[in-house]
Amino acid sequence: MIEFTSIQQMLDSALEDCLPLWEAILRADCHSQNISREQSLAKMQAMLQAMEDADRSYRAQDRSASGLVGGDGGKMADYAKRGDALCGPFLSEVMAGALRMGECNACMKRIVAAPTAGACGVLPAVLLPYARQFGADREALVQALYIASGFGMVIAARASISGAEGGCQAEIGSAAAMAAPALVHLQGGTPVQMANACAMAVKNLLGLVCDPVGGLVEVPCVKRNVIGAMDALSAAQMALAGIESRVPADQVLDAMAEVGRSLPHTLRETGKGGLAATPFGQQYAPEKPEP
Amino acid sequence: MNLFDILGPVMVGPSSSHTAGAVRIGQVARALLGQRPVRANLLLHGSFASTGKGHGTHQALVAGLLGLSPDDPRVPDSFALAEEQGLEFSFGDCALREVHPNSVLVTLEGSEGGRLEMGASSPGGGRIQVFQVDGLDTSFNGELPTLVVHNSDQPGCVSQVTGVLAARGINVAALQLNRGRRGGSAVMVIQCDQPIPPEAADDIRALPAILRVSCYAPKQEVPQ
Repeated sequence: MIEFTSIQQMLDSALEDCLPLWEAILRADCHSQNISREQSLAKMQAMLQAMEDADRSYRAQDRSASGLVGGDGGKMADYAKRGDALCGPFLSEVMAGALRMGECNACMKRIVAAPTAGACGVLPAVLLPYARQFGADREALVQALYIASGFGMVIAARASISGAEGGCQAEIGSAAAMAAPALVHLQGGTPVQMANACAMAVKNLLGLVCDPVGGLVEVPCVKRNVIGAMDALSAAQMALAGIESRVPADQVLDAMAEVGRSLPHTLRETGKGGLAATPFGQQYAPEKPEP
Repeated sequence: MNLFDILGPVMVGPSSSHTAGAVRIGQVARALLGQRPVRANLLLHGSFASTGKGHGTHQALVAGLLGLSPDDPRVPDSFALAEEQGLEFSFGDCALREVHPNSVLVTLEGSEGGRLEMGASSPGGGRIQVFQVDGLDTSFNGELPTLVVHNSDQPGCVSQVTGVLAARGINVAALQLNRGRRGGSAVMVIQCDQPIPPEAADDIRALPAILRVSCYAPKQEVPQ
């Protein structure tokens, strides 16, 4: 078995071997890393555990070194408790979870990069509340993580998962495009629906720039984890409703790569354009090191 | 690229390049010193210098020097830990030529009087590149068991060292050799497919013209 370089090839390979998609991804990983099924599963279970531990490590009083972020996860949870929140309990939980994880990362807590540290909130923000709301067990969540990583592998191979290379679409966009098919899997959807969910999640955030204030993984990164999680949910729901991406998933990823390459240097994690270049952002501009 | 490069690593935030990679640079420097560091001077270059403070890069580097891993929750508290463990450290800025913006020059002094100067970069995803050891150019990433041998520039050194490895069935994945000047001191960096047992390092130490031998063993991440 070879590494997956297209979503079509990944789906075809599972079909040929008559395997569920998550199982095909697991086997490909065992083969490429030369490890046993048990070793791979143990590692994936450890990732899930680390996500749950990270979520529990959140403290609303913590602030980042710059003082720019902290406390919003607590505010969101308090608002949701009032009972008249704009979004229902499940969506409120998702939003609070995304903020908590993004803030944990900014406050130097232990997190799981998924696919990057800056986008570490998206996957746990949808998976952990999903498990509580819909009663998914650990086995199902681990399978969903294989689905997420399989799609992530193809995104990394065809486009990018680095903000410096492809802008924020490559970080939050990729995280959403990994979470969306994972949700489709948990809801019992088909691999084709997973591919559609991935494609729609990418399309909805195509062109998102990486413009962090002060070059730090704080503003707007923490809150973009919320939009990533909501993007994943809406793309998954569309796919489960039978809505298809008109542009095939692999072509969407190629477009993402091309858009990433076209982004100017100032909007690819240099902290020089977009929000970083606003008068507010300029106050946090990095100091020039002494020569 | 494998699945756990996409999902993972488990790390202390906020940045894989400025935090996780910085811890790994410290870990490699400690291993190459081969003893407990008691004094460290760290000169930050480029983005490490300008945005290091907000990314916890300083704490991350010191954490690595103390032997902590990128996922150790004590990384943010490394300064206090350094005081407990008797590691004095100082930071400064530097401007290096033709290196990645996320780079640092580390000078270490060990508990047994050993010294090490190492330059390394953290280009992203927690990966690192060691570009200099004791003033001589190198290029290795610490992803394989790595042997660093300081030797006098004399005929036969490479053959004797690789002979020791061959006798123990250790396969060489990559070998680099650089010397300051003809007949001066040289640094050999040997990346291997198998772990390097301490006895192999001892055998190499016993060879003529070998000045110093140190090993870096990457953490075995797959649970057994």
